[in-house]
Amino acid sequence: MLEFRFHGRGGQGAVTSAELLALSAIAEGKFAQAFPSFGPERRGAPVVAYARIDEAKVLNRTAVSTPNVVVVLDPSILRIVNTSEGMVDGGTQIVNTSRTAAEVREAFKLKGRLVTVNANRIAAEEIGRVITNTTMLGALVRAMGVVKRDTIVEHLKERFGRIAAGNIKAFLRAYEECVIS
Amino acid sequence: MAKRKGMEVSIAIAEAASMCNVDVVSAYPITPQTHVVEHLADIVADGELDAEFIPVESEHAAMSACVGAAAAGARTFTATASQGLALMHEILFIASSLRTPIVMVVANRALSAPINIWNDHSDVMTERDVGWIQIFAENGQEAADLVVQAFRFGEDKRVLLPVMVHFDGFVVSHVVEPIEMLTHAEVKTFLPDYAPQQKLDIDAPISMGPVGIPAVYTEAKMAGEAVLRDAYGPIVECLDDFGKRFGRTYKPVETYRREDADILLVTMGGISETAMTWVDRARAAGEKVGLVRFRLWRPLPDKDFKEAVKGARVLAVVDRHFSPGGPGGPVAQEIKYILYGQKGAPSIVEFVAGLGGRDVGFADFDNMYKKAKAVLGGATVPPFEIVQVRGGHHGEA
Repeated sequence: MLEFRFHGRGGQGAVTSAELLALSAIAEGKFAQAFPSFGPERRGAPVVAYARIDEAKVLNRTAVSTPNVVVVLDPSILRIVNTSEGMVDGGTQIVNTSRTAAEVREAFKLKGRLVTVNANRIAAEEIGRVITNTTMLGALVRAMGVVKRDTIVEHLKERFGRIAAGNIKAFLRAYEECVIS
Repeated sequence: MAKRKGMEVSIAIAEAASMCNVDVVSAYPITPQTHVVEHLADIVADGELDAEFIPVESEHAAMSACVGAAAAGARTFTATASQGLALMHEILFIASSLRTPIVMVVANRALSAPINIWNDHSDVMTERDVGWIQIFAENGQEAADLVVQAFRFGEDKRVLLPVMVHFDGFVVSHVVEPIEMLTHAEVKTFLPDYAPQQKLDIDAPISMGPVGIPAVYTEAKMAGEAVLRDAYGPIVECLDDFGKRFGRTYKPVETYRREDADILLVTMGGISETAMTWVDRARAAGEKVGLVRFRLWRPLPDKDFKEAVKGARVLAVVDRHFSPGGPGGPVAQEIKYILYGQKGAPSIVEFVAGLGGRDVGFADFDNMYKKAKAVLGGATVPPFEIVQVRGGHHGEA
């Protein structure tokens, strides 16, 4: 089983990231779940969302405390949240940052394999707003290969309707531009 | 049957109610039930379901409107949680006493104060005596399936009682997970049209809910008691038929790996699946432990429970509510009622866990199991323990 924890700020769509990942995995015949951290949703406040993907039925309904994969949707989260907390040995952190992996690792003592992508810039250019949920999925799919790129694209079309195009572009750009260290 | 599809559990519940062709929905939004009624309002507004959606000013009014609609012969659905269920309290008795087979899903949530929107069972456990059938879903699949079945056994002319389908707030309600929805055609073959035995009709007037003077009140209450207890048969028939048709079988009391277990955990609702995962781990480590859950809560399936725990030496009961100043958790007390005086009955270790949304994880099950094991070895423990408390139980350090 792969367990995912998404760190973002209220309004950035961390829950949507987790849901799109789970929906895509289920569409490919796997078992998966996604859920919010169930806090009162305040725009701008740090929020967490979770997902699990497995070949067998997922039964555990507790919060993800030992993630295999951590996704950081907002660079400023790193200053206030220890995103490495509980991450399994050999885990992966996918970070939205304009800095290099070595720089953010040093600055925030990040654990695990680092994948970096400048999602703020990509989202601003392709969507016109710095909402990085769909962009970060591009880096996640590239780094983990856990679902197919096309399956996510299908679900982006379904979820976003007429504003899907920009989200798909941002997703595909992050897939290409992320740096896996 | 339809393919497994990823969807939020609340949406699946709304779709299931819609497939049952409900005539009237009256509800007031409350976290964490909101997505259920929002989605149903969409379905009605989009013209996909020919129903009256009655928006109201409170849950008291919602349940009142449901009673009126059901009394007029309409298939009626609603949903609530927590304070909303508490506000319905007095009307809940009326719904069951007037034999109006309303179906209500309850996204179980803690009661205030302090205000808390998260999951526990204080809302359901304080409504045990309202005369409704009450049944628990542990995941989205079960919630969607049980809504369809609730209409069938609630409307069964041998039953004609309202039904609460309980599912945990957030822990189940807000999760996106794989669900196989029945098709419209499948629901149509399983669930006959509602044929009320009597209804409010201006062309053939009757009175419903007249005064019950002391000379008849006891008999009316006795009739309610008999019909709810006797509902057990039609409920089980319905669950069995559903299993035969669709391959998903539900039982009044569910067990998991209980064979040869010395210790059985007893849970209800959404933590049961986490508990199963924990049981697998404990079994792998050589522990003789299993799991028992009440699926049906009213009528209380006492015989099934007795059978399910036969051979076990200790029951570790995990309650999600307790009676302040009273005897502890309600589930443990009802189990004592079932087992009292029985020769060789298992010892009961009572825990209260997961209040107001606190996660109940493997470490918590480890701790509770350790105490149950100590009792198996002859140790004595407090009458009940609220676990996970910072600062200790009963003010101890």
